[in-house]
Amino acid sequence: MPVDARTLTLQRPRNLKAALAMLAKEPTLTPIAGCTDVLVGLHFGTSDTRQFIDLWSLDELRGITSKPILRIGALTTYTEIIASPLVQKRVPMLVAAAREIGGAQIQNRGTLGGNIANASPAGDTLPVLAAAGALIVLRSASGERRVSFARFYTGYRTSVRQPDELITAIEIPAIDGRQWWRKVGTRRAQAISKIMMAGVRSPADHLRQGYGGQEAGRHSCKVRIAIGSVAPTVVLAEAAAAVLSQGGAIGDAQAALRKEIAPIDDLRSTGDYRQQVAANLLAAFWKDTE
Amino acid sequence: MGRAVGTSVRRKDGDAKVTGAAKYIDDLTFPGMLFGATIRATIPRGEIVNTHIDLSPDYIVADYRDIPGKNYVALLDPDQPCLAEREVRHVAEPVLLVAHADRRALFGIDEQVRFDYRELAPNYDPETSETCFKQIAIDKGDIERGFRDAEVVVDGEYRTSHQEQLYIETNGVIAVPGDGQITVYGSLQCPYYVHKALVVLTGFTPDRVRVIQTETGGGFGGKEEYPSMLACHAAILAIKTGKPVKMIYDRVEDLLATTKRHPAIVRHRTGLTRDGRITAMAVDVLMDGGAYATLSAVVLSRGVIHAAGPYRCDHIRIRGRAMMTHTPPNGAFRGFGAPQTQFAVEAHMDRVAEALGIDPVRLREVNALRPGDSTATGQKLGKDASALPVLREAVKRSGFRRKRREWKGTNRGIGLSLFFHGSGFTGAGEVKLASKASLELTRSGARILVASTEIGQGTTTMLAQIVADALELPFAAIEVQQPDTDVVPDSGPTVASRTCMIVGKLLERCARDMRRKLGALTPAQYFTRHGAFTVTKQYEPPAGLAWDDQRYSGDAYGSYAWGCNVVEIEVDPVTFEVTPTHVTAVAEIGKAIHPLMAEGQIQGGTAQGLGYALLEEVVMRDGRMANAQLTNYIIPTPMDAPPIEVAMLERPYAHGPYGAKGVGEMPIDGPAPAVINALRHCGFDIRLIPATPERLMRARR
Repeated sequence: MPVDARTLTLQRPRNLKAALAMLAKEPTLTPIAGCTDVLVGLHFGTSDTRQFIDLWSLDELRGITSKPILRIGALTTYTEIIASPLVQKRVPMLVAAAREIGGAQIQNRGTLGGNIANASPAGDTLPVLAAAGALIVLRSASGERRVSFARFYTGYRTSVRQPDELITAIEIPAIDGRQWWRKVGTRRAQAISKIMMAGVRSPADHLRQGYGGQEAGRHSCKVRIAIGSVAPTVVLAEAAAAVLSQGGAIGDAQAALRKEIAPIDDLRSTGDYRQQVAANLLAAFWKDTE
Repeated sequence: MGRAVGTSVRRKDGDAKVTGAAKYIDDLTFPGMLFGATIRATIPRGEIVNTHIDLSPDYIVADYRDIPGKNYVALLDPDQPCLAEREVRHVAEPVLLVAHADRRALFGIDEQVRFDYRELAPNYDPETSETCFKQIAIDKGDIERGFRDAEVVVDGEYRTSHQEQLYIETNGVIAVPGDGQITVYGSLQCPYYVHKALVVLTGFTPDRVRVIQTETGGGFGGKEEYPSMLACHAAILAIKTGKPVKMIYDRVEDLLATTKRHPAIVRHRTGLTRDGRITAMAVDVLMDGGAYATLSAVVLSRGVIHAAGPYRCDHIRIRGRAMMTHTPPNGAFRGFGAPQTQFAVEAHMDRVAEALGIDPVRLREVNALRPGDSTATGQKLGKDASALPVLREAVKRSGFRRKRREWKGTNRGIGLSLFFHGSGFTGAGEVKLASKASLELTRSGARILVASTEIGQGTTTMLAQIVADALELPFAAIEVQQPDTDVVPDSGPTVASRTCMIVGKLLERCARDMRRKLGALTPAQYFTRHGAFTVTKQYEPPAGLAWDDQRYSGDAYGSYAWGCNVVEIEVDPVTFEVTPTHVTAVAEIGKAIHPLMAEGQIQGGTAQGLGYALLEEVVMRDGRMANAQLTNYIIPTPMDAPPIEVAMLERPYAHGPYGAKGVGEMPIDGPAPAVINALRHCGFDIRLIPATPERLMRARR
């Protein structure tokens, strides 16, 4: 049953400063922007939150810049990400992920900051941000801090974000090497992920500088792999990545990966399937980025 | 002659729908109208021993004691209460009704009501169920002899799952009370079914009950029987409060509470000669009826009649049972039992071909029913029996043999299915229905008066085309009355692929009579001189049609439509996702009255069949649909539907309007087995649908 809208309150700050002041005063407020998750929760009566602060009009949190580092405002929509030449050039795997989220309506409303804040283990941009080594910029009335994406989540739908803090931007350092993304949903569009993987395969420094040769190249590169929907939060598969970075066999990397994830059976898939497909995706990533 | 029939004229209902002018049930309102909600049981089996209601006096609550007439939903068996009295047989069984003037006041209302139960152990397994709703036996020839003649015997067990109809518009009605009478408006397929149920519920005489179908956003069988239940609920509240009451389900409630396709377990044992001639077919069909009988008996009937597939065999034994389980009742859904049993026989045929080491096309060619052959029930087929023509057309169009050869051992696969579907009610059903249709002269033409409903499939357009040509008038001169039981005769339910062949034929007869009566006059001239008149015709079975309901033998249907699907797929070796890349759908339907709509029916049914094969799964947990939302009940989007190439063959049926047979249901019979046979071609042994990636992962050979 839907939640009766008369039981909800909504505050609409005019600017970021006002928003942070409201949150400082009432940290229990739930920030909303595109509402693509919140409205679903309210419609199905599965959400307990009733008091909201609407960030949608805070244009300070929009936009994509690149000086010196790629910075994506928290309110940037998926449509804006898809259309951005900067993101297309620097983080094509983020564009690929954004393209597969919902349909056009969702992509027009849903925001990158919202995907992070909603903290679903099935959030499609999260493995990309993890693999990209992104930083999350948090701001409260008392100041700003940066948290590495790998340290942002603390458990199922929990994070280090304090109740009075807002996610204001996502910073993505320059990514060297090949990027890879694959979403496995319940169907080809309008689907929640059963599992998704983002990978980055960078050549090692000395190799880029010159005389590495075939032999050296095969044994030294940098690999980052992140997987979604296989644990309470997005998993940065460091052990599997380490095996591959050191020139280990793909079978050994798959074995390492299996230990790093803890997928469960749910309405959309099974733990067994996710285990097997995670290993298969790893092999596909490795083959595709050769 | 033939100006409208056979051309894709503009739809009668099209303009209002695309401009948004069409009024659906939730668009209607009445002065003083209240809103109703249903309080449902939360356990699968037990007794209600206490009820605790915590509601302020502005809420009106009704229970079974408020029912003026009898507390059952009148359909076939009087076993399903309209509101549970004490016994609970399934989760979401309706117990109480609540009305309020403010719709929003009903949100979360179930938290204000609590039942104390005495719980009993539920049973979800039809194989161990002790309650059988219906048993059917079909025997042809001597099955023992058939197996004695066999050189090879192949066994197999095949399973299908629940499927949700997923009409776009959820169930909804408005009941408007009057002085000792009641009118119900609603999104529904069968106005006279609802009428019958309301007469029993209210105890009113039939003339004091009126049912009006509003614009209906899809049905697929899901609005065949369930609207009777919902109409009864709204009527109870309307009678109790003396005010109009609107009840509209949201998607979750619609998914949780309303009917689904019957899951089935079908076992085959087939005897053959080494060169592929079938000598014996033994088929056992078990259907899960859910908690109440509803339409299970007739779903089973159509299922078993189609269980041997479109194949000639002298010795056939079919046994069917529909069993009770403690889940919401299963009911009508496009295909009505035939998709389950034809999935089984067609998946089995490819296993048979494999066992014999012969080509699946060749196996079907040898055994396909031809004109003059007899079906499992002993029905001798007429000249329009088209199993071979559809098979050959589909094989040729799709390049089946070449692709079969070239793709072997790759992740691409191609599979086919051959199927048929009886048009109209089974056996003596049409005789018992004795449907009527009327045609009324108007100043500018004629008005069609039938209870057949437009639910998106094109009823109004198609019937008007038939009438226009038989009356020799332009299509635009024909109006169609919105079904209203005070105005239209009982032309039977809009189900069973019967509207065109049966009701269309009645109207053709009406129109020919009217044409004769008009003589040389135009409708306007006649109308001015003599006034209006109405022609009514009643169903008469074609001569020679005979059915023995005791022995389940004879002419099961007036005629059959025939189909062959070739499905091409690609399996992703990384994720086990199956992508259908192309479907060739050949259908022989007698005559395509409106070619574009007929093609649309075939494409839509095929897409729905692909969903049935690959995606759609009702996850039942403790008797409750756990994925009762569109996020997790997965139907195909356009992105999941491949190009569907439709070819329609026309072998006219003598007793159909302009030769037409039924087309609505047949397209969903074929896609699932064709997909599974394509998967077999790729090396996956699947005998249960949906063939999800999770199941494929385990089924790799």
